[in-house]
Amino acid sequence: MDIIVCLKQTFDTETVIWLNEKGEINDKDVKLIINPYDEFALEEALRVKEKLGGEVTVVSLGGVRTQEALRAALALGADKAMLINCENLTELDEMMAAKILARAINALPFDMIFTGRMAIDSGGAQMAMRLAEEFDLPAVSGITKIELEGRTAVVQHETDEGLETVEVLLPAVFSAQKGLNEPRYPVMAGILKAKKKPLDIIAAEELAAGLPLQSGMKVRGYVAPESRLPGRVLNGSAAEMTAELVRLLREEAKVV
Amino acid sequence: MANRIWVYVEQYKGKIRKVSLELLSKGRQLARANDCELEAVVLGPETAELTATAAAYGAERVLFITDERDFANYTIREYTTLLAQLLQTDKPEALLLGDTARGRDLAARTSQRLGVGLAADCIAIETDPDSFLKFKRPIYGGRLFAWLESANRPLMATARPNSFLLAEPDFTRTASVRKEKVNLAIEAPREVVKFVSKRASKRPELTEADIIVAGGRGMGNADNLHVLEDLADTLGGVAIGASRAVVDSGWRDMEYQVGQTGKTVSPALYIACGISGSIQHLAGMNSSKVIVAINRDPNATILDVADYALVGDLFDIVPKLTAEFQKLFKADN
Ligand SMILES: Cc1cc2nc3c(=O)[nH]c(=O)nc-3n(C[C@H](O)[C@H](O)[C@H](O)COP(=O)(O)OP(=O)(O)OC[C@H]3O[C@@H](n4cnc5c(N)ncnc54)[C@H](O)[C@@H]3O)c2cc1C
Repeated sequence: MDIIVCLKQTFDTETVIWLNEKGEINDKDVKLIINPYDEFALEEALRVKEKLGGEVTVVSLGGVRTQEALRAALALGADKAMLINCENLTELDEMMAAKILARAINALPFDMIFTGRMAIDSGGAQMAMRLAEEFDLPAVSGITKIELEGRTAVVQHETDEGLETVEVLLPAVFSAQKGLNEPRYPVMAGILKAKKKPLDIIAAEELAAGLPLQSGMKVRGYVAPESRLPGRVLNGSAAEMTAELVRLLREEAKVV
Repeated sequence: MANRIWVYVEQYKGKIRKVSLELLSKGRQLARANDCELEAVVLGPETAELTATAAAYGAERVLFITDERDFANYTIREYTTLLAQLLQTDKPEALLLGDTARGRDLAARTSQRLGVGLAADCIAIETDPDSFLKFKRPIYGGRLFAWLESANRPLMATARPNSFLLAEPDFTRTASVRKEKVNLAIEAPREVVKFVSKRASKRPELTEADIIVAGGRGMGNADNLHVLEDLADTLGGVAIGASRAVVDSGWRDMEYQVGQTGKTVSPALYIACGISGSIQHLAGMNSSKVIVAINRDPNATILDVADYALVGDLFDIVPKLTAEFQKLFKADN
């Protein structure tokens, strides 16, 4: 089983987000992590490989710093890594990013592509479907379980109706939801080995050659959320507070 | 034909999903402001009830699409083909869908097929003189918003449930009906849904819920969550949510988790019990209209974002709150 894992480097979840004087998102001195959902994607790929053999290739679209995330993935057990270098990622919308990623993946053999359910920075939650569309493949979003029976993957995912079990013929694309597995931690031997594993870098522009490099959606600007007005602390005994709360919810907030 | 805005009407158990009605409400405003027609797009056979409801919320025309084989063996790929073809022949200015599990998948595939952008998970859509519509969507877990625009047509967006005001339905309105019959060549399916284990809970889906009672690590154990169940039942069987601590402890399944790596919710009322208010939890619920926090630690962050903060032991407060609501609703009757 050859597996591609699409991995994104994102801001740490604790990062305070602010805009610089040009109205751009500040990314200086920001701690970067592997997008948490992509860790589930990578872990699952590694488990399949350990069981059935094959290669795991991690592919990422991002700035030069993304090499850290790719090295970390190699240390965890991925065999190869590819960085599609693009320094201003925010200028690419999901549609364009998928087209560029698909071009990179196209050159590689694969049975499955794993992505995370969503990138926690852009909140897109679309890459699996978009890549599947580029390769005309079936895809399932947000899987919490996968079992392979020959060339068929039996996966589970939550839909609005409930937990759905789907049989999918490979090759196929899956996005990983929390609950799929418990990602492993790196060990020293892995970190040392990772240094010798191949990490190719290609310029996004090179891959995009011939594509009309036009994002579908363009960012016109960013705005900070309106801060919530300071609330009110209720006083008194539990009985007094709850009576007052119910009155306020009815008369002031009008929500019950 | 005049310019049109399409709203994709998603059904669930034979009823239009609330987010689709919210989009029809918004779509009507946008259509009026731009001299457009609002068309509701339904995948499925015509029913008088669907037409009446779509009309009441603002649709001027309802487009019913039926398949000769009743969508048998349809997977998301076939739905994408169908929708993409319709968009290419009909050329509406915009297509708006609900940001449900299926809506997001369908929107993503369709936009990729057409090579146009998608503004996913929008919380606001406004008319714009340059780009017709502009879309506001949260990024970084709601810590920032991006305004998006596009020169592509159709403009595509999915809307976060509970973000657009539901209009008062006007059942005196009528809509014309248009029917399209399609016959897609279906190849041997490569994905087959084997079964669906229906959600056990009768409570509303978290993202569409009007009221959410949520518990955190302060609940202490799984059994204690019954105090939240009691409160939720008293409020009319409303939804229950949880922090990641509750899910990681195994007290509740993943589908209950609210936050950056769980669900993003914007109910009218969110009651947080024994939740500290971590940045990741806030990311999932800080767009709630009214937040109540019950926490025994006067320095808990959640109290800072709460509209009404109650400092004290939740096991003392929550049952009393339930009793107060019972009193209130009894007086109402
Ligand atoms: C990458 C990443 C993603 C994450 N995603 C999410 C997410 O999606 N959702 C999420 O919720 N978290 C998420 N977290 C975890 C988050 O950081 C917090 O650990 C978590 O939200 C804490 O849950 P809690 O508030 O229930 O527990 P705690 O922080 O332990 O807070 C418990 C609170 O209960 C109060 N309390 C205790 N007993 C009582 C009592 N008897 N009466 C009243 N109050 C009481 C305490 O004062 C305390 O404030 C994520 C973390 C990371 C690193």
